[in-house]
Amino acid sequence: MARLEVLKTYKIFIGGQFPRTESGRYYPLKNKKGEVIANICLSSRKDFRNAVVAARGASGGWAGRAAFNRAQILYRIAEIMEGRKEQFISELLLQGATIKSATEEVELSIDRMVYYAGWCDKYQALYSSVNPVASSHFNFSVPEPTGVVAVIAEEESSLLGLVSTIAPVIAGGNTCVVLASESKPLCAVTFSEVLNTSDLPGGVVNIITGNSAELHSHFSTHMDVNAIIYCRKDKSEIKTIKENASLNVKRAFIYNKETLTSEKAQSPYLIFDLQEIKTTWHPIENIGSSKAGY
Amino acid sequence: MTKKTKEPTLDFTTDWAYAPAPEDTKHISLKKQYDLFINGEFVKPNSKKYFATYNPATEEKIADIAEANEKDVDNAVKAARKAFEKWSKIPAKERGKYIYRIARLMQERAREFAVIETMDGGKPIRESRDIDVPLAANHFFYYAGWADKLEYAFPNRTPKPLGVAGQIIPWNFPLLMAAWKIAPALATGNTVVLKPAETTSLTALKLAELIRDSGLPDGVVNIVTGAGKTGAAIVNHPDINKIAFTGSTDVGKMIQKAIAGTDKKLTLELGGKAANIIFEDAPLDQAVEGIVNGIFFNQGHVCCAGSRLFVQESVADIVIRKLKDRMETLIVGDPMDKNTDIGAINSKEQLLKINKYIKIGKDEGAEMYQPSCGIPSKGNFCKPTLFLNASQSHRVVQEEIFGPVLTVQTFRTIEEVIEKANNIPYGLSAGVWTDKGSKIFNLTAKLRAGVVWANTYNKFDPTSPFGGYKESGFGREGGLHGLMPYLKF
Repeated sequence: MARLEVLKTYKIFIGGQFPRTESGRYYPLKNKKGEVIANICLSSRKDFRNAVVAARGASGGWAGRAAFNRAQILYRIAEIMEGRKEQFISELLLQGATIKSATEEVELSIDRMVYYAGWCDKYQALYSSVNPVASSHFNFSVPEPTGVVAVIAEEESSLLGLVSTIAPVIAGGNTCVVLASESKPLCAVTFSEVLNTSDLPGGVVNIITGNSAELHSHFSTHMDVNAIIYCRKDKSEIKTIKENASLNVKRAFIYNKETLTSEKAQSPYLIFDLQEIKTTWHPIENIGSSKAGY
Repeated sequence: MTKKTKEPTLDFTTDWAYAPAPEDTKHISLKKQYDLFINGEFVKPNSKKYFATYNPATEEKIADIAEANEKDVDNAVKAARKAFEKWSKIPAKERGKYIYRIARLMQERAREFAVIETMDGGKPIRESRDIDVPLAANHFFYYAGWADKLEYAFPNRTPKPLGVAGQIIPWNFPLLMAAWKIAPALATGNTVVLKPAETTSLTALKLAELIRDSGLPDGVVNIVTGAGKTGAAIVNHPDINKIAFTGSTDVGKMIQKAIAGTDKKLTLELGGKAANIIFEDAPLDQAVEGIVNGIFFNQGHVCCAGSRLFVQESVADIVIRKLKDRMETLIVGDPMDKNTDIGAINSKEQLLKINKYIKIGKDEGAEMYQPSCGIPSKGNFCKPTLFLNASQSHRVVQEEIFGPVLTVQTFRTIEEVIEKANNIPYGLSAGVWTDKGSKIFNLTAKLRAGVVWANTYNKFDPTSPFGGYKESGFGREGGLHGLMPYLKF
């Protein structure tokens, strides 16, 4: 008898664990022929809220890591992605991509992760300033992570869109809860497994699968979420998200495909979107000759 | 701990009374009635309505101010849109030179602006003369220089102006906030429709006169006066590209919601409830000055006021005694007197709000303390007030009062004070007092606030970015970062 293939159970990723949705619900994912490929978790509001707790818990530790260490972890993510390249490609194929486009997407995704790994300890120099105030004070401004970011990822570009959104968020020291592409969720689940084996602390990235129409209002009303990124096109969802963001003055960003997945899309300005500028003042003692030291 | 501190411990019943030192007010020029500044000229409002502006220290009427309705706002936006076509295309260095002119004219007329600011808003003349007006002029001067250097500020990008900016400002720093809004908007090539707060329109209208005199092209800056309805007309106008708002968190949230279905860009500089943290190793006398400046500057009408004092338990008694002594010397009264420390509360409405919170604080069980000073019988005045033994859940600790009211809490460990300082929806500013550098940097990194003053408080500068975390808003004003909210890339 031919060997029986072992099928994979696709689960969600919260706090470094792979639970099923607490709701027990699922939706069938079908290929082009209409055959069921997998049952995907139809995540609930409760799953999202659990994920926010995990993201908040991981926030201080991740933001407090040395920037160099964050860079190494992002690079490690790219390394593990490279090792899983064939799996990502086969999943994209299952979801209807051509071999050429699937290979391109996976390669670009890996390279993008390397790109942002490099930024981890460099964007600070770009966005900081020493401010020459007129009084006798030392004054400087530095970027700090905004905090917990809710992301509703690209629907079509299921891996590249995901990586292009998550990478600048975590490179900048934020943690996030991400809703993966509903129609093409396979790579997102596999990407979770990559993250889990890349020394990324549990809770820094949480990925759930499900339906944006159901979840977008929960993503945008949660009072312990500091910012929200929406990468889809639904005008009514965009409006609801931006309205709800006002509840706790969330920073709301609407990214389109151009912003994210084109070759030119990668940019430290996307890291900057999820940064707050902190300005610190301290007096300078003003004694002694003004010529001293010159 | 049972030891009761004497209060105050110093004897102030000597001949230390200050003779009155009123600022001369005869040199200023004020009209009886002010119209709207649209397209380079003062025009009567379509609403045909005017409202009075009062001196909060004397309750006397100063002038009538036009109330702009939707039609007036629309005219202002049309003028700004028309002007944008030219203004965004003139050589950047010429744009900068116009802004330099405004800065210079303001320096020349500084004293007049200071007197009117104090008259209309109630802040001590010493503050309007030494802080508000010079900082406003400096802000124009600083951003003037950026106009032709923007491509150096944003590597690998070609910044472009947004278009017409609608700007709504509060009553606590009327001229300074106008400068914070207008200067970066002009430097980046945008045009402006600005609405000052209804209780403090005068210096913005004097600024309109100055802008007209500067030769700035018509319509580049338009100033429309009025209250919330006028503001709403700006927020909801379909041909505005950018809203910049400074004011309360409640109104900020309404604005964010109102423009959700549009592509308008938004900057919000909202409320605050800053922790001012005194460690046992701090220079205590300087810290007490910092506490006083932190909360009583501008009658506490400061979004970044250090309104929550945290004192390390080991030095709490001595700090509170010194603070009470220092408060005993504060002069509350005529804002136009050069010796006055605390002037008039900006409006009756605000005074009622502060008094309501003082009552809430007492009802909640915090221990109220006020110095023995008198306050004028006429006008809106409030004694500097402490709430001792306040706790984290008290409303006077959690909510922004926007008056000379300071809550006092004690703490034992750094972990405890960081937790308490951050445990609030606001995140605008914070203060830290300690002689230990490494402790300062530990604290400044962990406090979730946009501006942190270490061993100082309430310092401002055009080169220094200002703005909040969390519900204190987003976007920065001042410095290189202050250019960003007015540009697209």
